[in-house]
Amino acid sequence: MKTIKQLFFLFAFVALICSCKNETKEDSTTSTVIATENESTERTGQAFIKDDESKPTVLSIAIGSKDHTTLVAAVQAAQLENALVNAGPLMVFAPTNEAFAALPEGTVENLLKPENKDALANILKYHVTPGNYSKDFLKKFKKLGQANNGYVKVEVVDGEPLIGGAKILGSIKAGNGIVHVIDKVLLPPTE
Amino acid sequence: MKNILKSTLAILSVLVAFTSCNNSGKSGKSGALASNIAEKVYVAPGEHDEFYAFISGGYSGNLTVYGLPSGRMFKEIPVFSQFPTSGYGYSEETKPMLNTSHGFIPWGDSHHPDISQTAGEIDGRFIFINENNTPRIAKIDLKTFETTEIIEVPNSAGNHSSSFVTENTEYVVAGTRFSVPIPQRDMPIKDYKGNFQGALSFISVAPETGNMAIKFQVLMPGFNYDLSHPGRGKSHGWFFFTTYNTEEASTLLEVNASQNDKDFIAAINWKKIEEYVNNGGGTMMPADYAHNVYDEHTHTATSTMKKEVRVVNPIDVPGAVYFLPTPKSPHGCDVDPSGEYIVGNGKLSANLTVHSFTKMLDAIENKKFDGEAYGIPILNFEDVLAGSVEQPGLGPLHTEFDGKGNAYTTFFISSEVVKWKLGTWEVIDRQPTFYSVGHLTIPGGNSGKPQGKYMFAMNKITKDRYLPTGPELEHSAQLYDISGDKMELLLDFPTHGEPHYAAAMRADLIKERSQKIYNLQDNKHPYAAFTDDDTKVVRKGNEVHIYMTTIRSHFSPDNIEGIKIGDKVYFHVTNLEQDFDVPHGFAVLGQNTSELLIMPGQTKSSVWEPTKVGVWPFYCTDFCSALHQEMQGYIRVSPANSNTPLKWSMGEDIE
Repeated sequence: MKTIKQLFFLFAFVALICSCKNETKEDSTTSTVIATENESTERTGQAFIKDDESKPTVLSIAIGSKDHTTLVAAVQAAQLENALVNAGPLMVFAPTNEAFAALPEGTVENLLKPENKDALANILKYHVTPGNYSKDFLKKFKKLGQANNGYVKVEVVDGEPLIGGAKILGSIKAGNGIVHVIDKVLLPPTE
Repeated sequence: MKNILKSTLAILSVLVAFTSCNNSGKSGKSGALASNIAEKVYVAPGEHDEFYAFISGGYSGNLTVYGLPSGRMFKEIPVFSQFPTSGYGYSEETKPMLNTSHGFIPWGDSHHPDISQTAGEIDGRFIFINENNTPRIAKIDLKTFETTEIIEVPNSAGNHSSSFVTENTEYVVAGTRFSVPIPQRDMPIKDYKGNFQGALSFISVAPETGNMAIKFQVLMPGFNYDLSHPGRGKSHGWFFFTTYNTEEASTLLEVNASQNDKDFIAAINWKKIEEYVNNGGGTMMPADYAHNVYDEHTHTATSTMKKEVRVVNPIDVPGAVYFLPTPKSPHGCDVDPSGEYIVGNGKLSANLTVHSFTKMLDAIENKKFDGEAYGIPILNFEDVLAGSVEQPGLGPLHTEFDGKGNAYTTFFISSEVVKWKLGTWEVIDRQPTFYSVGHLTIPGGNSGKPQGKYMFAMNKITKDRYLPTGPELEHSAQLYDISGDKMELLLDFPTHGEPHYAAAMRADLIKERSQKIYNLQDNKHPYAAFTDDDTKVVRKGNEVHIYMTTIRSHFSPDNIEGIKIGDKVYFHVTNLEQDFDVPHGFAVLGQNTSELLIMPGQTKSSVWEPTKVGVWPFYCTDFCSALHQEMQGYIRVSPANSNTPLKWSMGEDIE
């Protein structure tokens, strides 16, 4: 009789543990779901598709470059990843880490602050042209219309195109456009 | 005591176990939310959808019919392309539908469907759609869901700013994307500038029959006329077209057509031009274009070649045409339900430009001009501007309205739909699309009375949205609930071909009128057979005409002899059924064309030129009945020089 009681107790206890365990499990699943839902507005889209076959996009080229860690951090802070993997075509002028470092001290740190997300996005979009032109071809332009709605001046000095005063150090063709590596950060003219 | 304690503890823990189970059930809140969304798009088996959506099939050349909110596809209506499923464009009766001044064209690129309207409201009688490549406009009758008329548009090329209807369906309008020499002639391409022209065609629609005729074409400067929409309400009588390439470049437009900061929206006062034309204005110029009409009594299309068209030089009608400067190669050209706001989406701009119709009239009256282009006054930008939506996204394309003062614009590059408020220009909400959205549709979109509730975005890129199907994927569309302040993503569904634009409307109007059968008594097809006595085989030289009937579950005749190599054999098949949804099919072995699918009461014809001697079977391709597999026949083909007599039978042997 006692054994039965003990057994019942044991069973009940196990049930309690199990149910508690279930409960915790449920909770954690739920919170994961919620987390994904929150993320879905910000961290899904074309930029996050796994694709090893296609030619890299302008975004993946920047991510893969050790000279562009500041640019990539800035793109991520401004949440512009999905725009950069779009069918485009997109021409990205990608300032090197050195170019960012040449800005007055504290500029980059300041721009990376969440409250300056819009200002940062505006600057970054000023580095993107809807189009896909080689360095040589760029000499045909007087100006380029940028994704932030502004224009950047194109000059030809010593047979080389200067984009807003920046020199093109190298160019990499992308699946959805082209990346021109430049030696200066382009700052949109203040209105 | 100890025991009591123990059992209490046990009972307690059991209770806790149950309660905790309850808790865990409750904690699946996101699941409950998700099923809420599922309920919003769930249409129970046997139930009907609330809306029809007619989605352009793009390079399929056709128009697809969907239900909303379920996203189920009900039909593909063949329009500009041959369609073996029904025999459209293959049968003798429908081949003329695809005739053009360039000969028979088996394919088209369909773009922007638009439903007919009465007094600014969608009436669900007809739907029009444009063919972009070899310019044509088609009319589909929403009683039968069949293409009943196609008119070719001469002097046009890249029929893109089409086929939008005015608020009483007075006109269906077709603008040219590419300017060309008018009339066409052999000339150097480099002489484009100043020599090419853009034709904007106003095709009248007869109120009762819906029959189309080109009333006049306005010959505009050689820009690209991209999209258009009619004025409505206060702006009824006007039509608005976006332009790009006002630089008039003929090469590398991606650079050369982006030199001007602003292109134009062309505002055309068609009522004024109509009046001018009615008083004998304009000139008739020689032009070749086909007008193809399907007669639902003879079940046969006829193609007529037209020889001239009336053209109007805008300079000859003062006050009829103006240009509204609009930034950066505007694409979408959308007019809000009140007719006051004209939205031009500069696809290379980050801002949306909204013009005011009232301010436009004022600028015209007070001559607030900023020069002219080819004699057409350019209105001063600041004087027509109602406002702009500042940097709502990247790559704005198209705008639709909910009739509650809100506008919804698609952004290609940033892959999103942005909801904003007319008048205050503030952004209210944004939702991502998957991916790279082109057009969007709200039921009743191009009308004074949008029907709200849903909006769907049609994307250009699918990538990972569905199970992969190799490199080529159907385009994805997303359905959103727009009844609240925020848009809510409900459903993701694949579309067929490229869904440029879609027209949607409440189902009730169309549903009630949808035809179930063709009345056999109204069948005036010259080769129809109505009874077994009518069936026969007639030789005219090397042409053999077989008057054949079908009824569950046999052909009459089903044994035919006396056909010879070199003959051209016409199977004229009449479906004697008068029962809803009982078509019969017809196919014969070795036929160099598609099958026929014949609706109840209809007659369709297929040509067969046999190349091999033998006894060849034909059969019904549609599983029509329990004895469908018995629905078959034989046709004997003899050598060219044989003298097998022409005989036929059904139910007995040929003697």
